[in-house]
Amino acid sequence: MSGPLLEVVGLEKRYGARIGCTEVSFDLYPGEVLGIVGESGSGKSTLLGCLAGHLSADAGHILYKGRDTRAMAEPERRVLARTEWAFVHQNPRDGLRMGVSAGGNVGERLMAVGARHYGDIRATASDWLGRVEIDAGRIDDRPRAFSGGMQQRLQIARNLVTGPRLVMMDEPTGGLDVSVQARLLDLLRALVREMGLAVIIVTHDLAVARLLADRLMVMKDGRVIEAGLTDQVLDDPQAAYTQLLVSSVLQV
Amino acid sequence: MSEAYTFAYLDDATKRMIRRALLKALAVPGYQVPFASREMPMPYGWGTGGVQVTAACLTPEDTLKVIDQGADDTTNAVSIRRFFERTAGVAVSEHTAEASVIQTRHRIPEKPLSEGQILVYQVPIPEPLRFLEPRESETRKMHALEEYGLMHVKLYEDIARHGAIATSYAYPVRVEGRYVMDPSPIPKFDNPKLSNNPAIQLFGAGREQRIYALPPYTQVVSLDFEDHPFEPTKAEAACDLCGATESYLDEVIVDDAGGRMFCCSDTDFCASRRDAGHIGRLAPEVVA
Repeated sequence: MSGPLLEVVGLEKRYGARIGCTEVSFDLYPGEVLGIVGESGSGKSTLLGCLAGHLSADAGHILYKGRDTRAMAEPERRVLARTEWAFVHQNPRDGLRMGVSAGGNVGERLMAVGARHYGDIRATASDWLGRVEIDAGRIDDRPRAFSGGMQQRLQIARNLVTGPRLVMMDEPTGGLDVSVQARLLDLLRALVREMGLAVIIVTHDLAVARLLADRLMVMKDGRVIEAGLTDQVLDDPQAAYTQLLVSSVLQV
Repeated sequence: MSEAYTFAYLDDATKRMIRRALLKALAVPGYQVPFASREMPMPYGWGTGGVQVTAACLTPEDTLKVIDQGADDTTNAVSIRRFFERTAGVAVSEHTAEASVIQTRHRIPEKPLSEGQILVYQVPIPEPLRFLEPRESETRKMHALEEYGLMHVKLYEDIARHGAIATSYAYPVRVEGRYVMDPSPIPKFDNPKLSNNPAIQLFGAGREQRIYALPPYTQVVSLDFEDHPFEPTKAEAACDLCGATESYLDEVIVDDAGGRMFCCSDTDFCASRRDAGHIGRLAPEVVA
Protein backbone atom coordinates (compact mmCIF):
# COMPACT_ATOMS: atom_id res chain seq x y z
CA MET A 1 0.00 0.00 0.00
CA SER A 2 1.47 3.32 -1.03
CA GLY A 3 -1.00 5.85 0.39
CA PRO A 4 -1.15 6.92 4.01
CA LEU A 5 -2.59 4.51 6.58
CA LEU A 6 -4.29 7.29 8.44
CA GLU A 7 -5.32 10.72 7.18
CA VAL A 8 -6.64 13.26 9.61
CA VAL A 9 -8.26 16.39 8.22
CA GLY A 10 -9.39 19.38 10.29
CA LEU A 11 -10.22 17.37 13.40
CA GLU A 12 -11.97 19.30 16.17
CA LYS A 13 -13.25 18.34 19.60
CA ARG A 14 -14.89 20.86 21.94
CA TYR A 15 -15.90 20.49 25.54
CA GLY A 16 -18.76 22.97 25.54
CA ALA A 17 -17.20 26.34 24.80
CA ARG A 18 -13.69 25.15 25.55
CA ILE A 19 -11.48 23.72 22.85
CA GLY A 20 -10.19 20.21 23.29
CA CYS A 21 -8.31 20.22 20.04
CA THR A 22 -8.98 21.96 16.76
CA GLU A 23 -7.78 22.13 13.16
CA VAL A 24 -5.59 19.07 13.52
CA SER A 25 -4.49 17.57 10.22
CA PHE A 26 -1.79 15.04 9.47
CA ASP A 27 -1.00 11.89 7.50
CA LEU A 28 0.51 8.74 8.92
CA TYR A 29 2.19 6.19 6.67
CA PRO A 30 2.65 2.49 7.46
CA GLY A 31 5.73 1.89 9.58
CA GLU A 32 5.94 5.51 10.66
CA VAL A 33 6.11 6.71 14.25
CA LEU A 34 4.45 10.02 14.96
CA GLY A 35 5.13 11.72 18.29
CA ILE A 36 2.70 14.23 19.74
CA VAL A 37 4.27 16.43 22.40
CA GLY A 38 2.99 19.34 24.43
CA GLU A 39 2.32 20.32 27.99
CA SER A 40 -0.54 19.06 30.11
CA GLY A 41 -3.89 20.30 28.84
CA SER A 42 -2.63 20.96 25.33
CA GLY A 43 -5.13 18.51 23.83
CA LYS A 44 -2.79 15.56 23.18
CA SER A 45 -4.90 12.96 24.92
CA THR A 46 -8.12 14.43 23.56
CA LEU A 47 -6.72 14.09 20.06
CA LEU A 48 -5.67 10.51 20.68
CA GLY A 49 -9.05 9.70 22.23
CA CYS A 50 -10.80 11.05 19.13
CA LEU A 51 -8.57 9.04 16.81
CA ALA A 52 -9.21 5.84 18.75
CA GLY A 53 -12.95 6.46 18.84
CA HIS A 54 -13.09 6.74 22.63
CA LEU A 55 -14.32 10.31 22.22
CA SER A 56 -16.55 11.51 19.43
CA ALA A 57 -15.02 14.38 17.49
CA ASP A 58 -17.16 17.38 16.58
CA ALA A 59 -15.76 18.09 13.13
CA GLY A 60 -13.24 16.85 10.61
CA HIS A 61 -12.40 13.51 9.07
CA ILE A 62 -10.36 10.53 10.21
CA LEU A 63 -9.63 8.35 7.20
CA TYR A 64 -8.22 4.90 7.97
CA LYS A 65 -7.13 3.21 4.74
CA GLY A 66 -9.27 5.77 2.97
CA ARG A 67 -12.42 5.10 5.00
CA ASP A 68 -13.84 7.66 7.39
CA THR A 69 -14.00 6.06 10.83
CA ARG A 70 -16.30 8.80 12.08
CA ALA A 71 -18.90 7.74 9.53
CA MET A 72 -18.47 4.03 10.29
CA ALA A 73 -21.09 2.13 12.22
CA GLU A 74 -20.05 1.24 15.73
CA PRO A 75 -19.78 -2.54 15.16
CA GLU A 76 -17.34 -1.97 12.33
CA ARG A 77 -15.30 0.48 14.38
CA ARG A 78 -15.12 -1.94 17.29
CA VAL A 79 -13.96 -4.72 14.99
CA LEU A 80 -11.20 -2.40 13.75
CA ALA A 81 -10.33 -1.50 17.33
CA ARG A 82 -9.72 -5.10 18.27
CA THR A 83 -8.01 -6.28 15.10
CA GLU A 84 -6.13 -3.54 13.27
CA TRP A 85 -5.73 -1.01 16.07
CA ALA A 86 -4.24 -1.13 19.49
CA PHE A 87 -4.40 1.36 22.33
CA VAL A 88 -1.85 1.44 25.12
CA HIS A 89 -3.07 3.37 28.13
CA GLN A 90 -0.85 5.44 30.38
CA ASN A 91 -2.04 3.51 33.40
CA PRO A 92 -1.85 -0.24 32.76
CA ARG A 93 -4.79 -0.67 35.11
CA ASP A 94 -6.99 1.00 32.47
CA GLY A 95 -5.82 -1.35 29.75
CA LEU A 96 -5.59 -4.65 31.61
CA ARG A 97 -8.14 -6.87 33.31
CA MET A 98 -6.71 -6.93 36.79
CA GLY A 99 -8.71 -9.96 37.89
CA VAL A 100 -7.58 -12.12 34.99
CA SER A 101 -4.21 -13.90 34.68
CA ALA A 102 -1.46 -12.58 32.41
CA GLY A 103 -2.16 -15.36 29.91
CA GLY A 104 -5.86 -14.54 29.90
CA ASN A 105 -5.09 -10.87 29.34
CA VAL A 106 -2.94 -11.62 26.31
CA GLY A 107 -5.40 -14.24 25.06
CA GLU A 108 -8.48 -12.00 25.29
CA ARG A 109 -7.94 -10.32 21.93
CA LEU A 110 -7.28 -13.69 20.33
CA MET A 111 -10.49 -15.11 21.73
CA ALA A 112 -12.31 -11.94 20.69
CA VAL A 113 -11.39 -12.63 17.07
CA GLY A 114 -12.47 -16.25 17.31
CA ALA A 115 -9.56 -18.34 18.64
CA ARG A 116 -11.12 -21.37 20.34
CA HIS A 117 -8.15 -23.68 20.90
CA TYR A 118 -6.83 -23.44 24.47
CA GLY A 119 -3.41 -24.90 23.69
CA ASP A 120 -2.81 -22.51 20.79
CA ILE A 121 -3.98 -19.49 22.75
CA ARG A 122 -1.72 -20.40 25.62
CA ALA A 123 1.28 -21.00 23.35
CA THR A 124 0.78 -17.63 21.68
CA ALA A 125 0.37 -15.89 25.04
CA SER A 126 3.51 -17.56 26.35
CA ASP A 127 5.43 -16.52 23.23
CA TRP A 128 4.31 -12.94 23.62
CA LEU A 129 5.20 -12.80 27.28
CA GLY A 130 8.69 -13.85 26.20
CA ARG A 131 8.81 -11.12 23.57
CA VAL A 132 8.04 -8.46 26.16
CA GLU A 133 10.57 -9.99 28.54
CA ILE A 134 8.15 -11.42 31.08
CA ASP A 135 9.13 -14.85 32.41
CA ALA A 136 6.78 -17.44 30.87
CA GLY A 137 6.52 -19.04 34.32
CA ARG A 138 4.36 -16.10 35.40
CA ILE A 139 1.68 -16.72 32.78
CA ASP A 140 -0.90 -17.64 35.43
CA ASP A 141 -0.16 -14.73 37.78
CA ARG A 142 -2.58 -11.85 38.00
CA PRO A 143 -1.34 -8.44 36.85
CA ARG A 144 -1.70 -7.28 40.47
CA ALA A 145 1.34 -9.37 41.30
CA PHE A 146 3.42 -7.56 38.63
CA SER A 147 5.54 -4.44 38.99
CA GLY A 148 4.49 -1.26 37.17
CA GLY A 149 6.99 -1.85 34.37
CA MET A 150 5.87 -5.44 33.90
CA GLN A 151 2.22 -4.39 33.85
CA GLN A 152 3.01 -1.91 31.12
CA ARG A 153 4.87 -4.56 29.11
CA LEU A 154 1.97 -6.95 29.62
CA GLN A 155 -0.39 -4.32 28.30
CA ILE A 156 1.77 -3.94 25.21
CA ALA A 157 1.82 -7.71 24.65
CA ARG A 158 -1.96 -7.85 25.05
CA ASN A 159 -2.35 -5.16 22.41
CA LEU A 160 0.12 -6.45 19.87
CA VAL A 161 -0.88 -10.12 19.97
CA THR A 162 -3.32 -9.83 17.07
CA GLY A 163 -0.74 -8.07 14.90
CA PRO A 164 -2.34 -4.63 14.62
CA ARG A 165 -1.34 -2.09 11.94
CA LEU A 166 -1.81 1.06 13.99
CA VAL A 167 -0.85 1.47 17.64
CA MET A 168 -1.84 4.46 19.73
CA MET A 169 0.02 5.04 22.95
CA ASP A 170 -0.84 7.54 25.63
CA GLU A 171 2.27 8.26 27.72
CA PRO A 172 3.39 4.61 27.73
CA THR A 173 6.37 5.42 29.97
CA GLY A 174 4.57 7.69 32.43
CA GLY A 175 5.09 6.77 36.07
CA LEU A 176 7.99 4.40 35.45
CA ASP A 177 11.51 4.95 36.75
CA VAL A 178 14.19 5.82 34.21
CA SER A 179 15.91 2.45 33.90
CA VAL A 180 12.58 0.68 33.42
CA GLN A 181 11.61 3.40 30.94
CA ALA A 182 14.79 2.79 28.98
CA ARG A 183 14.14 -0.94 28.70
CA LEU A 184 10.54 -0.38 27.73
CA LEU A 185 11.59 2.09 25.04
CA ASP A 186 14.16 -0.36 23.70
CA LEU A 187 11.49 -3.02 23.55
CA LEU A 188 9.00 -0.72 21.84
CA ARG A 189 11.55 0.38 19.29
CA ALA A 190 12.42 -3.21 18.46
CA LEU A 191 8.75 -4.26 18.15
CA VAL A 192 7.91 -1.26 16.00
CA ARG A 193 10.74 -2.02 13.57
CA GLU A 194 10.09 -5.74 13.56
CA MET A 195 6.33 -5.56 12.98
CA GLY A 196 6.39 -2.44 10.81
CA LEU A 197 3.81 -0.75 13.02
CA ALA A 198 2.46 2.70 12.46
CA VAL A 199 2.49 4.37 15.86
CA ILE A 200 1.04 7.52 17.31
CA ILE A 201 2.70 8.19 20.62
CA VAL A 202 1.57 10.93 22.96
CA THR A 203 4.16 12.04 25.45
CA HIS A 204 5.40 15.03 27.35
CA ASP A 205 8.84 13.48 27.59
CA LEU A 206 10.97 14.83 24.76
CA ALA A 207 13.57 12.11 25.27
CA VAL A 208 10.94 9.46 24.51
CA ALA A 209 9.92 11.40 21.43
CA ARG A 210 13.53 11.72 20.29
CA LEU A 211 14.15 8.02 20.71
CA LEU A 212 11.01 6.63 19.11
CA ALA A 213 9.39 9.17 16.82
CA ASP A 214 10.20 9.77 13.16
CA ARG A 215 8.05 12.85 13.05
CA LEU A 216 6.84 15.18 15.74
CA MET A 217 3.79 17.37 16.25
CA VAL A 218 3.90 20.03 18.94
CA MET A 219 0.54 20.99 20.43
CA LYS A 220 -0.48 23.96 22.53
CA ASP A 221 -3.98 25.04 23.52
CA GLY A 222 -5.55 22.40 21.31
CA ARG A 223 -3.70 23.44 18.15
CA VAL A 224 -0.74 22.01 16.33
CA ILE A 225 1.82 24.80 16.40
CA GLU A 226 4.72 22.99 14.82
CA ALA A 227 5.27 19.74 12.94
CA GLY A 228 8.20 18.15 11.19
CA LEU A 229 10.95 15.57 11.44
CA THR A 230 11.81 14.85 15.05
CA ASP A 231 15.43 16.00 14.86
CA GLN A 232 14.43 19.08 12.94
CA VAL A 233 11.80 20.10 15.47
CA LEU A 234 13.92 19.38 18.52
CA ASP A 235 17.21 20.79 17.20
CA ASP A 236 15.86 23.78 15.37
CA PRO A 237 12.55 24.72 16.95
CA GLN A 238 10.75 27.52 15.13
CA ALA A 239 7.72 28.31 17.29
CA ALA A 240 8.34 30.22 20.49
CA TYR A 241 6.57 27.61 22.55
CA THR A 242 8.61 24.76 21.07
CA GLN A 243 11.79 26.69 21.86
CA LEU A 244 10.61 27.02 25.44
CA LEU A 245 9.70 23.36 25.61
CA VAL A 246 13.06 22.21 24.24
CA SER A 247 15.03 24.53 26.51
CA SER A 248 13.03 23.38 29.55
CA VAL A 249 14.59 19.95 29.42
CA LEU A 250 17.30 19.56 32.00
CA GLN A 251 20.53 18.52 30.29
CA VAL A 252 22.31 16.00 32.45
CA MET B 1 -58.83 -21.06 46.35
CA SER B 2 -59.15 -17.76 48.13
CA GLU B 3 -61.77 -15.49 46.54
CA ALA B 4 -59.93 -12.36 47.66
CA TYR B 5 -57.28 -12.75 44.96
CA THR B 6 -57.33 -12.26 41.21
CA PHE B 7 -56.65 -15.58 39.50
CA ALA B 8 -52.95 -16.38 40.10
CA TYR B 9 -52.40 -13.30 42.28
CA LEU B 10 -51.26 -10.79 39.63
CA ASP B 11 -53.74 -8.31 38.17
CA ASP B 12 -54.65 -8.66 34.51
CA ALA B 13 -52.68 -5.65 33.32
CA THR B 14 -49.52 -7.01 34.91
CA LYS B 15 -50.08 -10.42 33.40
CA ARG B 16 -50.54 -8.85 29.99
CA MET B 17 -47.30 -6.92 30.42
CA ILE B 18 -45.44 -10.10 31.36
CA ARG B 19 -47.00 -12.06 28.50
CA ARG B 20 -45.84 -9.40 26.06
CA ALA B 21 -42.32 -9.75 27.43
CA LEU B 22 -42.61 -13.54 27.16
CA LEU B 23 -43.73 -13.36 23.53
CA LYS B 24 -40.84 -11.07 22.71
CA ALA B 25 -38.44 -13.36 24.54
CA LEU B 26 -39.73 -16.38 22.58
CA ALA B 27 -39.37 -14.46 19.34
CA VAL B 28 -35.71 -13.65 20.08
CA PRO B 29 -34.40 -16.78 21.81
CA GLY B 30 -31.81 -16.05 24.49
CA TYR B 31 -32.32 -12.27 24.40
CA GLN B 32 -32.96 -10.68 27.80
CA VAL B 33 -36.22 -8.74 27.64
CA PRO B 34 -36.68 -6.11 30.36
CA PHE B 35 -40.03 -6.20 32.14
CA ALA B 36 -41.61 -4.25 34.98
CA SER B 37 -41.09 -6.82 37.71
CA ARG B 38 -43.59 -6.48 40.58
CA GLU B 39 -43.10 -6.86 44.29
CA MET B 40 -44.23 -10.34 45.22
CA PRO B 41 -45.22 -11.61 48.65
CA MET B 42 -41.88 -13.36 49.04
CA PRO B 43 -38.30 -12.10 49.24
CA TYR B 44 -36.03 -11.63 46.26
CA GLY B 45 -33.99 -14.76 45.78
CA TRP B 46 -36.99 -16.98 46.47
CA GLY B 47 -38.12 -17.08 42.90
CA THR B 48 -40.02 -13.84 42.41
CA GLY B 49 -39.15 -13.86 38.70
CA GLY B 50 -40.24 -17.44 38.20
CA VAL B 51 -43.45 -16.88 40.15
CA GLN B 52 -44.42 -13.92 37.99
CA VAL B 53 -43.77 -15.89 34.79
CA THR B 54 -45.75 -18.84 36.15
CA ALA B 55 -48.62 -16.55 37.17
CA ALA B 56 -48.72 -15.07 33.68
CA CYS B 57 -48.77 -18.55 32.06
CA LEU B 58 -51.26 -20.34 34.32
CA THR B 59 -54.80 -21.12 33.19
CA PRO B 60 -57.41 -22.72 35.47
CA GLU B 61 -57.01 -26.03 33.58
CA ASP B 62 -53.26 -26.25 34.23
CA THR B 63 -51.52 -28.72 36.51
CA LEU B 64 -48.60 -27.17 38.34
CA LYS B 65 -45.42 -28.83 39.60
CA VAL B 66 -42.82 -26.90 41.58
CA ILE B 67 -39.33 -28.19 42.26
CA ASP B 68 -36.43 -26.77 44.23
CA GLN B 69 -33.06 -28.35 43.29
CA GLY B 70 -35.07 -31.24 41.85
CA ALA B 71 -37.07 -31.86 45.04
CA ASP B 72 -40.83 -31.42 45.39
CA ASP B 73 -40.76 -31.31 49.17
CA THR B 74 -38.30 -28.53 50.06
CA THR B 75 -39.31 -25.16 51.52
CA ASN B 76 -39.15 -23.13 48.34
CA ALA B 77 -41.11 -25.68 46.33
CA VAL B 78 -43.74 -26.22 49.01
CA SER B 79 -44.37 -22.52 49.60
CA ILE B 80 -44.64 -21.62 45.92
CA ARG B 81 -46.91 -24.58 45.25
CA ARG B 82 -49.16 -23.58 48.14
CA PHE B 83 -49.12 -19.97 46.94
CA PHE B 84 -50.63 -20.99 43.61
CA GLU B 85 -53.03 -23.46 45.20
CA ARG B 86 -54.42 -20.57 47.27
CA THR B 87 -54.37 -17.81 44.67
CA ALA B 88 -55.17 -19.77 41.50
CA GLY B 89 -56.77 -22.97 42.73
CA VAL B 90 -55.00 -24.96 40.02
CA ALA B 91 -54.34 -28.68 40.32
CA VAL B 92 -50.89 -29.54 41.54
CA SER B 93 -48.83 -32.65 41.00
CA GLU B 94 -45.44 -34.00 41.86
CA HIS B 95 -45.27 -36.06 38.69
CA THR B 96 -43.33 -34.51 35.84
CA ALA B 97 -45.44 -36.13 33.14
CA GLU B 98 -48.76 -34.89 34.62
CA ALA B 99 -47.71 -31.25 34.96
CA SER B 100 -48.41 -28.72 32.23
CA VAL B 101 -46.44 -25.96 33.96
CA ILE B 102 -43.31 -26.76 35.96
CA GLN B 103 -41.59 -24.06 37.95
CA THR B 104 -38.04 -25.05 38.78
CA ARG B 105 -35.22 -23.77 40.86
CA HIS B 106 -31.90 -24.86 39.37
CA ARG B 107 -32.76 -28.27 37.88
CA ILE B 108 -34.33 -29.75 34.77
CA PRO B 109 -36.42 -32.84 35.58
CA GLU B 110 -34.80 -36.17 34.65
CA LYS B 111 -37.88 -37.38 32.82
CA PRO B 112 -37.80 -35.93 29.29
CA LEU B 113 -40.36 -33.15 28.82
CA SER B 114 -42.93 -33.24 26.06
CA GLU B 115 -44.60 -30.78 23.74
CA GLY B 116 -47.15 -28.60 25.47
CA GLN B 117 -45.28 -28.44 28.76
CA ILE B 118 -43.82 -25.17 30.05
CA LEU B 119 -40.69 -25.16 32.19
CA VAL B 120 -40.22 -21.93 34.19
CA TYR B 121 -36.78 -21.22 35.64
CA GLN B 122 -36.01 -18.97 38.59
CA VAL B 123 -33.00 -16.84 37.66
CA PRO B 124 -30.88 -14.90 40.17
CA ILE B 125 -28.52 -13.17 37.70
CA PRO B 126 -29.58 -13.26 34.05
CA GLU B 127 -26.45 -11.61 32.66
CA PRO B 128 -23.78 -14.23 31.83
CA LEU B 129 -21.16 -11.51 31.38
CA ARG B 130 -21.88 -9.81 34.70
CA PHE B 131 -18.83 -10.93 36.63
CA LEU B 132 -16.54 -10.24 33.70
CA GLU B 133 -17.89 -6.83 32.77
CA PRO B 134 -19.74 -4.98 35.53
CA ARG B 135 -21.17 -2.21 33.32
CA GLU B 136 -24.69 -3.04 32.11
CA SER B 137 -24.35 -0.48 29.30
CA GLU B 138 -21.29 -2.34 28.08
CA THR B 139 -22.72 -5.87 28.37
CA ARG B 140 -25.78 -4.84 26.38
CA LYS B 141 -23.51 -3.52 23.68
CA MET B 142 -21.52 -6.76 23.75
CA HIS B 143 -24.71 -8.78 23.28
CA ALA B 144 -25.85 -6.49 20.49
CA LEU B 145 -22.54 -6.77 18.65
CA GLU B 146 -21.98 -10.46 19.45
CA GLU B 147 -18.69 -9.71 21.20
CA TYR B 148 -18.46 -12.84 23.27
CA GLY B 149 -14.69 -13.33 23.42
CA LEU B 150 -14.77 -12.38 27.08
CA MET B 151 -16.89 -15.42 27.94
CA HIS B 152 -14.05 -17.60 26.74
CA VAL B 153 -11.59 -15.63 28.88
CA LYS B 154 -13.52 -16.94 31.88
CA LEU B 155 -13.24 -20.51 30.61
CA TYR B 156 -9.55 -19.94 29.81
CA GLU B 157 -8.98 -18.82 33.40
CA ASP B 158 -10.72 -21.94 34.63
CA ILE B 159 -8.42 -24.21 32.66
CA ALA B 160 -5.31 -22.18 33.54
CA ARG B 161 -6.10 -22.43 37.23
CA HIS B 162 -7.75 -25.83 37.59
CA GLY B 163 -6.57 -27.77 34.56
CA ALA B 164 -10.12 -28.19 33.31
CA ILE B 165 -13.24 -26.08 32.91
CA ALA B 166 -14.23 -25.93 36.57
CA THR B 167 -17.49 -24.05 36.04
CA SER B 168 -20.02 -26.65 37.11
CA TYR B 169 -23.28 -24.71 37.23
CA ALA B 170 -24.70 -21.67 35.41
CA TYR B 171 -22.55 -22.86 32.53
CA PRO B 172 -22.81 -20.34 29.66
CA VAL B 173 -24.53 -21.44 26.48
CA ARG B 174 -25.00 -19.99 23.03
CA VAL B 175 -28.54 -20.03 21.67
CA GLU B 176 -29.07 -20.70 17.95
CA GLY B 177 -25.57 -19.38 17.26
CA ARG B 178 -26.53 -15.91 18.44
CA TYR B 179 -27.07 -14.87 22.06
CA VAL B 180 -24.90 -16.11 24.90
CA MET B 181 -27.25 -16.97 27.76
CA ASP B 182 -26.97 -17.89 31.43
CA PRO B 183 -29.11 -21.02 31.83
CA SER B 184 -29.71 -20.07 35.51
CA PRO B 185 -27.65 -22.03 38.05
CA ILE B 186 -28.60 -25.48 36.79
CA PRO B 187 -25.75 -28.02 37.03
CA LYS B 188 -23.93 -28.38 33.72
CA PHE B 189 -25.17 -31.97 33.77
CA ASP B 190 -28.52 -30.50 32.70
CA ASN B 191 -27.12 -28.32 29.91
CA PRO B 192 -27.61 -30.90 27.12
CA LYS B 193 -31.33 -31.08 28.05
CA LEU B 194 -31.72 -27.38 27.20
CA SER B 195 -31.08 -28.09 23.56
CA ASN B 196 -33.75 -29.36 21.21
CA ASN B 197 -36.22 -29.66 24.10
CA PRO B 198 -39.87 -30.08 23.01
CA ALA B 199 -41.10 -28.01 25.98
CA ILE B 200 -41.19 -24.22 26.18
CA GLN B 201 -38.48 -22.97 28.53
CA LEU B 202 -39.03 -19.57 30.18
CA PHE B 203 -36.55 -17.78 32.44
CA GLY B 204 -37.66 -15.10 34.91
CA ALA B 205 -35.34 -12.87 36.96
CA GLY B 206 -37.46 -10.80 39.36
CA ARG B 207 -34.87 -8.61 41.02
CA GLU B 208 -33.01 -7.99 37.77
CA GLN B 209 -36.29 -7.47 35.87
CA ARG B 210 -35.43 -9.65 32.91
CA ILE B 211 -37.24 -12.42 31.05
CA TYR B 212 -35.69 -14.66 28.43
CA ALA B 213 -36.84 -17.84 26.76
CA LEU B 214 -36.09 -20.86 24.63
CA PRO B 215 -38.89 -21.89 22.27
CA PRO B 216 -39.34 -25.64 21.67
CA TYR B 217 -36.60 -27.38 19.69
CA THR B 218 -34.09 -24.53 20.04
CA GLN B 219 -30.44 -25.35 19.46
CA VAL B 220 -28.41 -24.58 22.58
CA VAL B 221 -24.66 -25.14 22.63
CA SER B 222 -22.49 -25.06 25.74
CA LEU B 223 -19.37 -22.95 25.19
CA ASP B 224 -16.02 -24.72 25.24
CA PHE B 225 -12.57 -24.92 23.66
CA GLU B 226 -11.68 -27.26 20.80
CA ASP B 227 -9.12 -29.04 22.96
CA HIS B 228 -11.21 -28.84 26.15
CA PRO B 229 -14.69 -29.86 25.06
CA PHE B 230 -17.78 -29.39 27.22
CA GLU B 231 -18.48 -32.34 29.53
CA PRO B 232 -21.62 -32.74 31.62
CA THR B 233 -20.53 -34.02 35.02
CA LYS B 234 -22.19 -35.82 37.93
CA ALA B 235 -21.04 -37.71 40.99
CA GLU B 236 -19.42 -41.05 40.08
CA ALA B 237 -21.97 -43.14 41.91
CA ALA B 238 -25.42 -44.68 41.72
CA CYS B 239 -28.45 -43.48 43.68
CA ASP B 240 -28.48 -45.26 47.04
CA LEU B 241 -32.29 -45.30 47.11
CA CYS B 242 -33.27 -46.32 43.59
CA GLY B 243 -29.99 -47.48 42.08
CA ALA B 244 -30.17 -45.07 39.11
CA THR B 245 -26.80 -44.41 37.48
CA GLU B 246 -27.92 -41.89 34.88
CA SER B 247 -29.52 -39.24 37.12
CA TYR B 248 -27.98 -36.20 38.81
CA LEU B 249 -27.12 -37.02 42.42
CA ASP B 250 -27.11 -35.13 45.71
CA GLU B 251 -24.52 -36.10 48.28
CA VAL B 252 -26.01 -36.33 51.78
CA ILE B 253 -24.03 -36.62 54.99
CA VAL B 254 -25.86 -39.12 57.19
CA ASP B 255 -23.90 -39.22 60.46
CA ASP B 256 -21.05 -37.52 62.34
CA ALA B 257 -18.53 -40.17 61.32
CA GLY B 258 -18.21 -39.08 57.70
CA GLY B 259 -20.89 -41.46 56.47
CA ARG B 260 -22.52 -40.29 53.26
CA MET B 261 -24.96 -41.41 50.65
CA PHE B 262 -25.95 -40.33 47.17
CA CYS B 263 -29.52 -39.95 46.08
CA CYS B 264 -31.30 -38.58 43.02
CA SER B 265 -31.81 -34.84 43.25
CA ASP B 266 -35.04 -35.33 41.28
CA THR B 267 -37.37 -36.78 43.95
CA ASP B 268 -40.17 -37.62 41.53
CA PHE B 269 -37.78 -39.54 39.30
CA CYS B 270 -36.38 -41.44 42.31
CA ALA B 271 -39.81 -42.27 43.77
CA SER B 272 -41.21 -43.51 40.47
CA ARG B 273 -38.19 -45.77 40.01
CA ARG B 274 -38.63 -47.18 43.50
CA ASP B 275 -42.33 -47.74 42.80
CA ALA B 276 -41.27 -49.69 39.73
CA GLY B 277 -39.19 -51.95 41.95
CA HIS B 278 -35.68 -50.55 41.53
CA ILE B 279 -33.67 -50.75 44.73
CA GLY B 280 -30.47 -48.99 45.76
CA ARG B 281 -27.71 -49.78 48.24
CA LEU B 282 -29.38 -48.05 51.21
CA ALA B 283 -33.05 -48.44 50.29
CA PRO B 284 -35.32 -49.08 53.31
CA GLU B 285 -36.12 -52.59 52.00
CA VAL B 286 -32.41 -53.45 51.98
CA VAL B 287 -31.41 -51.82 55.28
CA ALA B 288 -34.40 -53.15 57.26
